[in-house]
Amino acid sequence: MIQAEFQGVEMAYPADFLYTKEHEWLQVHGDSGTVGITDYAQHELGDVVFVELPKVGAKIKSRQSFGTVESVKAVSEIYSPVSGEVTAVNEDLSGSPEKINSEPHTGGWLVKLKLADKNELSSLMKAQDYEKYVSEKGQEHSA
Amino acid sequence: MSNPENSQLQRTALNAAHRKMGAKMVDFGGWDMPLEYSGILAEHEAVRTRAGIFDVSHMGEIEIRGPRALELVQQVTCNNAAALKDGQAQYSGLMTDAGTFVDDLLVHRISPTHYFLCVNAGNQVGDFEHIDAHNNAIASVENNGGRYSLLAIQGPKAAALLQRFTPVNLDAIQYYHFTFGEVNEVHCMIARTGYTGEDGFEIYFAPQHAERIWDDLIEAGSIEGIIPCGLGARNTLRLEAGMCLYGHEIDEGTTPWEAGLGWICKPEKGEFLGRDLLVQQKAKGIERKLVGFEMLEKRIGRDGYPVEVNGKEVGKVTSGGPAPFLKKNIGMAYVPTALAKEGQEIEVVVRGTKAAARVVKLPFYNRKKSAAS
Repeated sequence: MIQAEFQGVEMAYPADFLYTKEHEWLQVHGDSGTVGITDYAQHELGDVVFVELPKVGAKIKSRQSFGTVESVKAVSEIYSPVSGEVTAVNEDLSGSPEKINSEPHTGGWLVKLKLADKNELSSLMKAQDYEKYVSEKGQEHSA
Repeated sequence: MSNPENSQLQRTALNAAHRKMGAKMVDFGGWDMPLEYSGILAEHEAVRTRAGIFDVSHMGEIEIRGPRALELVQQVTCNNAAALKDGQAQYSGLMTDAGTFVDDLLVHRISPTHYFLCVNAGNQVGDFEHIDAHNNAIASVENNGGRYSLLAIQGPKAAALLQRFTPVNLDAIQYYHFTFGEVNEVHCMIARTGYTGEDGFEIYFAPQHAERIWDDLIEAGSIEGIIPCGLGARNTLRLEAGMCLYGHEIDEGTTPWEAGLGWICKPEKGEFLGRDLLVQQKAKGIERKLVGFEMLEKRIGRDGYPVEVNGKEVGKVTSGGPAPFLKKNIGMAYVPTALAKEGQEIEVVVRGTKAAARVVKLPFYNRKKSAAS
């Protein structure tokens, strides 16, 4: 399965999500959105052991760090795909941070936002572009 | 980052086998090594509760031979190699003339005229040159890293697994002893040593047999949940066991006394590199000391983070991270001797914010105590 991911085969990046080059995803529902990190990101990090997230009500800006995900080996800053106000944080992650590894695109979501500016969405990648982006990264690695 | 096929890196005989298994590979001291297979947490747990199998063939082997071999070993290391019997090993330090660490190593006495040193991968060339420079033609010194593969089988079920592949009675090999015999019909040096805090073995053999031994051990172990483990778990296991890692807890700026390794430093054995300065330092008392700490909040103190007491920086974390088996976040750091007492409250500066921590006794994990409790 690991091999398949790096060859860009059978990568299941949800078609209705938008993606960043820093490997965050955004699912938009009307004026709000849910943010998480991608399957590629969780695999690169390895076992996640701790997540630090902002509080509900915090205002976060596009492309700025709003939290950290820590694996056994590494610390990774999380950059918000868009600007907005935090309306919910995934409380499950404080007791079960491993959900980011097991369900990166579903149960491992990080925060929900009220979007400040929907024009920002145009700068994000669609699933097929992101898939191409990470498969090219994989090829760079094995070149 | 994940699977670089970097031709600049050195490879063990098992490189292709690791890639075939889908290991995440990393550059470790110039070697292309497996960081993890199934995940650091799963691998760590396997070693503490069952067993794990590690390819540590990147480690260096230096052999010293001749009638005066012991004299040379004694001159460059701080432990007393004269106390070794044939088939016995000891942990030691390769010293600079200032009594600091060129490297840490295992010294095995194969015979009174043949000592076998196992040294860190990244240091092997420097170690060899250092030993050779102090040789004065009294012994033969060979850098034999390329002649050996090294597998570590570590954990409570390690002996039972390995016993299925060897006619050697493993029960008869005591901790820090070794013997020669066949494993899977391959001639090996079989040592009851390791770097995980568990019982286990390290086997040295000619690299052309590596794939067969590796594959057969992995296949036999898989039924019992014994799995291949990478350098990621090797690091969390040694940290939990409070063991030093060269370049982190020890280096050319630290002495055995400071690192809590007084038990491998024996000035009473006679002259060796750095002895006089080490005797002086002991008489004067050390100014700083390596301590273990545990975080009192959820944030993780990591390598290089500053340590503060009363708002003043007093040291740095040498190694820090999660202790998967103890389910705490732990680390080691150098602090002034006056602060190196159990229970001392310290703060670790985690990316700009202070997190509370407390000095605790080393090791964090001790298999004998844990088994008794």
